[in-house]
Amino acid sequence: MGSITKVSGPVIRAGGMRGVQINELVRVGDMLLLGEVISVKNDEASIQVYEETSGLRPGEPVDGTGAPLSVELGPGLLSGIFDGIQRPLDAVREKSGDFIVRGVTVPSLNRSKKWKFVPKAKVGDTVSQGDILGTVAEFNIEHKIMVPKGISGKITEITAGNYTITQAIAKIGGKDVTMMQKWPVRLPREIKEKKHFEPPLITGKRIMDTFFPIAKGGAGAIPGPFGSGKTVNQTDLAKYSDADIIVYVGCGERGNEMAEVLENFPKLMDPKTQKPLMQRTVLIANTSNMPVAAREASIYTGITIAEYFRDMGLDVAVMADSTSRWAEAMREISGRMEEMPGEEGYPAYLGRRLAEFYERAGRAVCLGDKPKRSGSVTVVGAVSPPGGDLSEPVSQNTLRVTKVFWALDSALSRRRHYPAINWLKSYSLYGGELREWFETNVSEDFLEHRNQAMALLQKEAELQNIVQLIGPDALPDKERLVLEATKMIREDFLQQNSYDEIDAYCTLRKQYVMLRTILHFYDKASAAIAVDMPLSKVLEAPVRGDIASLKRTPEKEVEAKAEAAIKSIDKWFAN
Amino acid sequence: MKEFQTVREVFGPIVFVEGVENAAYNELVQIIFPNGEKRNGQVLETSKGMAAVQVFGNTTGLDTKLTRVRFSGDILRMPVSDEMLGRVFNGSGEPIDKGPAIIAEEKLEITGSSINPVARAEPHDFIQTGISTIDALNTLVRGQKLPIFSGNGLPHNEMAAQIARQATVRGASHGKGGEDKEDFVVVFAAMGITFAEAAFFMQDFEKTGALERAVLFLNLANDPSIERIITPRLALTTAEYLAYERDMQVLVILTDMTNYADALRELSSARQEVPGRRGYPGYLYTDLASIYERAGSIHGRKGTVTQLPILSMPDDDITHPIPDLTGYITEGQIVLSRELHRKNQYPPVDVLPSLSRLMNLGIGAARTREDHAGVSSQLYASYAEGRDLRSLVAVVGEEALSERDKKFLSFSNAFESKFVQQGKYENRTIEQSLDLGWELLADIPEGELKRVKPEHLEAYGRKFRSVEKKEEHGHHKHEEKKAEAAKA
Repeated sequence: MGSITKVSGPVIRAGGMRGVQINELVRVGDMLLLGEVISVKNDEASIQVYEETSGLRPGEPVDGTGAPLSVELGPGLLSGIFDGIQRPLDAVREKSGDFIVRGVTVPSLNRSKKWKFVPKAKVGDTVSQGDILGTVAEFNIEHKIMVPKGISGKITEITAGNYTITQAIAKIGGKDVTMMQKWPVRLPREIKEKKHFEPPLITGKRIMDTFFPIAKGGAGAIPGPFGSGKTVNQTDLAKYSDADIIVYVGCGERGNEMAEVLENFPKLMDPKTQKPLMQRTVLIANTSNMPVAAREASIYTGITIAEYFRDMGLDVAVMADSTSRWAEAMREISGRMEEMPGEEGYPAYLGRRLAEFYERAGRAVCLGDKPKRSGSVTVVGAVSPPGGDLSEPVSQNTLRVTKVFWALDSALSRRRHYPAINWLKSYSLYGGELREWFETNVSEDFLEHRNQAMALLQKEAELQNIVQLIGPDALPDKERLVLEATKMIREDFLQQNSYDEIDAYCTLRKQYVMLRTILHFYDKASAAIAVDMPLSKVLEAPVRGDIASLKRTPEKEVEAKAEAAIKSIDKWFAN
Repeated sequence: MKEFQTVREVFGPIVFVEGVENAAYNELVQIIFPNGEKRNGQVLETSKGMAAVQVFGNTTGLDTKLTRVRFSGDILRMPVSDEMLGRVFNGSGEPIDKGPAIIAEEKLEITGSSINPVARAEPHDFIQTGISTIDALNTLVRGQKLPIFSGNGLPHNEMAAQIARQATVRGASHGKGGEDKEDFVVVFAAMGITFAEAAFFMQDFEKTGALERAVLFLNLANDPSIERIITPRLALTTAEYLAYERDMQVLVILTDMTNYADALRELSSARQEVPGRRGYPGYLYTDLASIYERAGSIHGRKGTVTQLPILSMPDDDITHPIPDLTGYITEGQIVLSRELHRKNQYPPVDVLPSLSRLMNLGIGAARTREDHAGVSSQLYASYAEGRDLRSLVAVVGEEALSERDKKFLSFSNAFESKFVQQGKYENRTIEQSLDLGWELLADIPEGELKRVKPEHLEAYGRKFRSVEKKEEHGHHKHEEKKAEAAKA
């Protein structure tokens, strides 16, 4: 088609490109590197190249492929690990060794593997986009084969059997349909309509579920300086949250962390199904030293795969770690394009791109009436603000569009208070919508307890200011009790050890029981102090040790143990 | 190989050459000065009829008439071999120890290729550095990148030299009890440090015999700054060769990354790029990652690359772009504190902001000791509490503290003077470090030790606790029993 005219870093220029489309995928140079057209002017195109450009020379050919950057969707996605443009990294390794070399072409999904296709539709049915033709069992998931876009009409052929993803399984309106379909990553997959948020995404983390819950289909942000635990929180969400499918996008992050995920996920069991976590997970790994343009694409690759599973009627959660690296990739590309920079050098369209991305989250009625179904995509984005300062553009634009904010705090992580989520700064705007669910599914007084605990923590912050000035002894016992109670809330409830077998995952019921016990202690103690029990006597209560050990108590025993603790509290304060 | 005598412009470290039809991006070039001197360079930007070349070195004496530019037709590669051990090179990889030239066994691209994440092995082999604040609290593992965040005038060099001297891998993962120590080969890259600092390392390596097991790349403060951009890449290419082709355990010390980033900024401003924070280019993160991410270990290969970059935080500001972006890439950081240094503490490690992200992979019964995680967490929590109390004491005086708080306060002081403090040649085993931790924790009431498992306290901590404390414990047990009886 055309040829290279200029190379400088990951963005190149090519001439003779008239007719090439914006966002079209192109092959660049003699090494056939993958690139995407990001601007055109007359017959000249600017192209971001998804691979290292060292060695490219002006004059080498550039060829269009006629299609935009797309992902392959079909059986074989689950437990896969891909780079930012959906190249399967294990197949790439087989082909090119331990280091990623350039110009490797491997299809995203395995072409030779056969899957057992079970039809759900039959010859004579009239179907349109989104209708389910049949299913394939992929691990524990029933992978639904849907009618792809652009195909509708009467089914003239459909047969059960073992097929590869590129073999025809049906004929609709005269066209062959395969199990694999393609979708351009920058376009949201179509849905019928968005729905209101209902069940929460249960994460097993006490501070998240009880204090700042996120809804299925919601969007949340975890901003924090380095070392505050973004990645640990993200991987914990990927491990324990009760979504059907997890798409984990490691965008410009550490290679060793991806290695950790890769080594652990196959070993860890899904608390719900007792199957290896990897079987419900799709990993996108574009580490920080992999090409910057592919990093920019990785977020879109991830969310498109998530939408595909949502369209089957599943609940999907996307962990994007970190969206700041994505924004920086955008900034870098924009800088190389010599675009007029906006705030802090980021392109002026940063806010729009972030909003577009987070808006792809949601609970939706899926396309296709056979059968009717709805699914959700929950998005949790990590944000890495420079110096932990949230006034920077990526954090600000993110907070504008996300409804849950888990504020990580380096002061907490320094004292090894994990998860280091600051309870005073964080918020969740899903409280109202989820209220009824919590009241019916956990307990009537669940939110009441939460609010009481929050009020105590707020009070603690005020009292701490005074203590800083005059010391704790100057406070009356009533207020010192508040400090003791919040210490219990912080240490015995909010702190949670991701590396402790029992404590790492906490059910909603257990969360409720734990908090109830702590507050019961506070209520009783506070009544006792009102009738002149000295604080020292209150603090001698041996039950405090029992309360502290609740978090390490297995789910089965926790009710009984909490019951005993409550009795012991009543006894202590009755005297 | 094509030669051009068509230099159009020299702008800072960049030379623009006209009439070049198709230079490759990142192609290696040789610039021949009017006086016959030769210097290497690399193509930064190439278009039809024009190439921009960065010169590794001083551009004094270049002109637009006689200067010749020779395009090699290949990108920058480095000759590597085993023979490099024990040798000293300049920042461009030329021997400066009067030894013979290196006969290449292989010539490798200095930019390296990224390790396929699937090929990466999870790093989990504990490296014992002999320094308590690292081993017990911020454990280093093989394949990790753990920078030292320092400031001007702080003893980061002494600390790095101590680590290089003492680092051993204790072979829990090798299974056999016999030879369970493996030593490191050190690859040392100096970027813009002073002659005195470089001499310190050289002498230290020589004195301890480590020089034979080391490769040194020296770009000193008076060497060309643009050369600093390739120095760490040469070092890492060497390290990768020794690790992945020659099965060695390699420890790479890069100092000082701040000078590296400043060189990058200089080049970026010469290219008239849109500056990001504090004038550093917008791609600083990507660029730093292309260095730091070259640490790691690979499935099926014995050797590993562990990185210990050193950077001085301008004005001790940890939010400065260089430490900030570094912290986002590396797996933790060791932070040195001026306050501790003023108190004559060595090493002046401020453990609170320090962190090793891979610690949990490298510790525990199979690798160090079963109580490691608990002790570490408890020391952290107790020290943090003691530090908070210090600021309180400054306001209300020590008398206003409760008995309990006084214990935490004195713990935090003992922690600094006994646990953090150690000699420059004091090499503590991990068991010694952990026991020292238990010894200090003995002064804290047992009920406050919430982070350690009771069975570990019995097994490792009990022997340090005095008898009356035992009684107190017994009393507590007794009370519990009473309460239980009451419940029933």
